[in-house]
Amino acid sequence: MNSLYSRLRGTAVWRSVFRSGTGDTNLHRSLTVQQNIFLHLASVKIRRRALEFGVTWYLGTLSMASFVILVVTGVLLMLYYHPSVPQAYADMKDLQFVVSAGVFLRNLHRWAAHAMVVLVFAHMFKVFYRGAYRPPREFNWVVGVMLLLLTLFLSYTGYLLPWDQLAFWAITVGSNIISAVPAMGAKIRFLMLGGHTVNANALLRFYVLHCVILPLIAAVFLAVHFWRIRKDGGLYTGDKPRE
Amino acid sequence: MPDQTPHVERACPGCNRRRFTTAGVGSLAIAGIGSAVFGYEFLSPNALYEPSPIVDAGKPERYPPGSVTPDAQSGLYVVHGPEGIYALSAVCTHLGCVTAWRPELDMVACPCHGSKFHIDGVKIEGPAPRPLPWLKAWLNDEGNLMIDRSEALTRKQYVRVQA
Repeated sequence: MNSLYSRLRGTAVWRSVFRSGTGDTNLHRSLTVQQNIFLHLASVKIRRRALEFGVTWYLGTLSMASFVILVVTGVLLMLYYHPSVPQAYADMKDLQFVVSAGVFLRNLHRWAAHAMVVLVFAHMFKVFYRGAYRPPREFNWVVGVMLLLLTLFLSYTGYLLPWDQLAFWAITVGSNIISAVPAMGAKIRFLMLGGHTVNANALLRFYVLHCVILPLIAAVFLAVHFWRIRKDGGLYTGDKPRE
Repeated sequence: MPDQTPHVERACPGCNRRRFTTAGVGSLAIAGIGSAVFGYEFLSPNALYEPSPIVDAGKPERYPPGSVTPDAQSGLYVVHGPEGIYALSAVCTHLGCVTAWRPELDMVACPCHGSKFHIDGVKIEGPAPRPLPWLKAWLNDEGNLMIDRSEALTRKQYVRVQA
């Protein structure tokens, strides 16, 4: 098994994909991380202490895991959902009662959404009370605040999509709150809903925001957030760096 | 490379990286198979919102003797020939375009790749591999002409009506 794996890693195809080559020296291990677009966001080395549960409670990782679950289940739910009036409600009911594993995916999406909001808040409290937001990590805290807002916007836009009474009145109330913004509140509400009432335009706008625009922005901010952990000296452990 | 990791007290004696990896890969394999099965079930719709293959073509009196009545929406022709009424599929057997009845040429012509057929379905020319199929047709209890688009006849059958 081991020799098969090393033979595979020596093939021309493998070498064309992973240029770092075989070997278990520190240089090779560093190159493996640095030359991989996904791994290079993370640092080559990590302090053993940073992996302990008590340091982070893994809250950031768990937030990201919820995001991944939400993307996967969300894309699958999109296959049965038409963002039109009144088809959206019927599609949501079909997902619950007709589509195989539909109710599982819908509920998983819903629970993961709730979990992500809770986890992101918990992550921020943990960072705040441990003082991990302090320089040189102050910019990454700001990126984190943006990610919190994106999480809440994603939650809010997803709320309308079932197109039931709860969704309709929640968005009616929410969009009226936005119209309290001084001077341009009514204009923001008009642009957000694509009209004066919560109707077909609002459903379509919230759908596009929820499924395309906000996730794309969140993905960019997530990439910066993870990359900055490395650039700011790794996860904050609270320890003095060992010399 | 010499092992430089400091010695740590193990919370779980007997645990090692190999066993952890084996358990992890095994769990992932089980989860992967389960996801594939559930994914296949999810992707196969249990309810389809497609038009029924059975079409109610109305009273047969609507189709006078010697007439060819195209129904592009349903993809068929109702033909009243000398031996009775029959329904001919209008869907070309080449790549599925809906053909057009051309009365001035007395033939059915496909606009996509130029296949031409007689009104009994037999091909005159073009890339179509098979003649246009005859569809199962019958009169229901109300006396309406019913056509089942999902069922092709293997031999000619006519719905006979009182002239």
